[in-house]
Amino acid sequence: MGEMQLMRGNEAIAESAIRAGCKNYFAYPITPQAELLQWMAVHMPEVEGGTFLQAESEIGAINMVYGAASAGERTMTSSSSPGISLKQEGISYLAGANLPAVIVNIMRGGPGLGNIQPAQGDYFQATKGGGHGDYHTITLAPSTVPEAAQLTYDAFDLADKYRTPVTVLADGMIGQMMEPVELPERKDREEIPQKPWATTGAQGRKGNVIKSFALGGEDLKAMNLARFERYEEIKKKEVRSEEVNVEGSEVVIAAFGTVARIVKSTIRLAQEDGLKIGLFRPITVWPFPGEQLNELSKRVDTVLTVEMNSGQMVEDVRLSVKSGTETPFYGEVGGVVPTPGGILEEVKQYV
Amino acid sequence: MEDYSTVISGFGGQGVILAGKILARTGMETGFQVTWLPSYGPEMRGGTANCTAIISSELIGSPIVDNPSALIAMNPPSLDKFKGTVGEDGLIVVNTSLVDEPEERDNVTVAGVPLNEIAQEIGNQKAINMVALGAWAKFTEGIDLEDVVRGMELTLTDMGKERFIESNGEALKRGYGYIK
Repeated sequence: MGEMQLMRGNEAIAESAIRAGCKNYFAYPITPQAELLQWMAVHMPEVEGGTFLQAESEIGAINMVYGAASAGERTMTSSSSPGISLKQEGISYLAGANLPAVIVNIMRGGPGLGNIQPAQGDYFQATKGGGHGDYHTITLAPSTVPEAAQLTYDAFDLADKYRTPVTVLADGMIGQMMEPVELPERKDREEIPQKPWATTGAQGRKGNVIKSFALGGEDLKAMNLARFERYEEIKKKEVRSEEVNVEGSEVVIAAFGTVARIVKSTIRLAQEDGLKIGLFRPITVWPFPGEQLNELSKRVDTVLTVEMNSGQMVEDVRLSVKSGTETPFYGEVGGVVPTPGGILEEVKQYV
Repeated sequence: MEDYSTVISGFGGQGVILAGKILARTGMETGFQVTWLPSYGPEMRGGTANCTAIISSELIGSPIVDNPSALIAMNPPSLDKFKGTVGEDGLIVVNTSLVDEPEERDNVTVAGVPLNEIAQEIGNQKAINMVALGAWAKFTEGIDLEDVVRGMELTLTDMGKERFIESNGEALKRGYGYIK
């Protein structure tokens, strides 16, 4: 580990990707993600064999990711909500072709052009597939700048291990804010897994073919079943969540990303008022930590879900809790960020 | 130490964003938890910009606060927008070169400082943000003027702007010294 640095989330994600061995970065600028692209523009050329390319569009960028990932190099793209929508066809192809890649979404208000303020309206898109066909991407939701750096670093390992695109799902607040970060060490080339399946030139061996296409029904079925077997393994091994102050709390707030860190302030405010509330924070939003939440729900009366959308993760919460648990919802939309005091007022209805 | 959550607000170009970064760096180098969050709405030169810097001895949850402990208001719309939000026992540093000093509020200290005049006196019109930070430092416990000077030096060094360190240091001291 190195020294503490004061960095924006966007910058920390970018530098962490470079340290994870990212060799190729393709993107198109959009607020509130622009500093990520700027950091890459400056620093990717310093990486041996590194490529920074500002594509002609988001669609161009994601298809460049497909190409570079096929060649076996660690590859990333980033954008914000409208740009991520444009990438969905490409992400579906990546998933279909079993290609590892990292996609960073610094979410903003939507739908449509929306605005550039922080939001969490892309939860469904990120966790339920997003593009066409039957797939998921592992989706990691950081709630601080240091965690954004660490999860980006981990995302490359997960992508390689399971041959799947991995989404880092943050929002404008994480992207724009600065916090002290201790960045992970830069990986050596040898630490990055070999990829015998990659299209690296077929001299002396049979050619590798990378495609999402299988004309015969049985063939495509086999490809899909194999992918979902990997998903089962991911669900067993890679689920991450955090619980704060849950022991003895009758009300627990379920929140991810930016909202979860705001809830930590709400917990402190509640203590000043003599109220005890807890936090359940999914770190992987796909796979969703349903078993962990189910266990927790056996010990509480109410799980209040708070999101910066009109109610998306709350559906996974309701699928997970034990029957009879109260599952109210509180959301702020349009790029409005809930405040610690605003959440406390909401909680007070249930304590 | 008590927590310091400071909203710094002014026209685009008054150095609001940099002042906030220097506060955050100061807090970090002095051993505290910090966050810095800019407003990044559709603002432009001549419009208002603001940021929030939090310095705390505890882990910081929300980087946005309902009631900041301090406001540095560098222009009239900033004072109008934020003066009502400052919390109990809070501080308002107001730029009296551009704004009439507001009436004292219960339990809020108002420090009027003619930022532009002081910056002009030392021949660095751009250093009004540093004059304001100097005044801010007069009211803090656990963070001294020397800490802010160091935060400024490190921030400007990282930006490759070492040549402004001397005059900014002077501005910080003048702001600090203005408060009696």
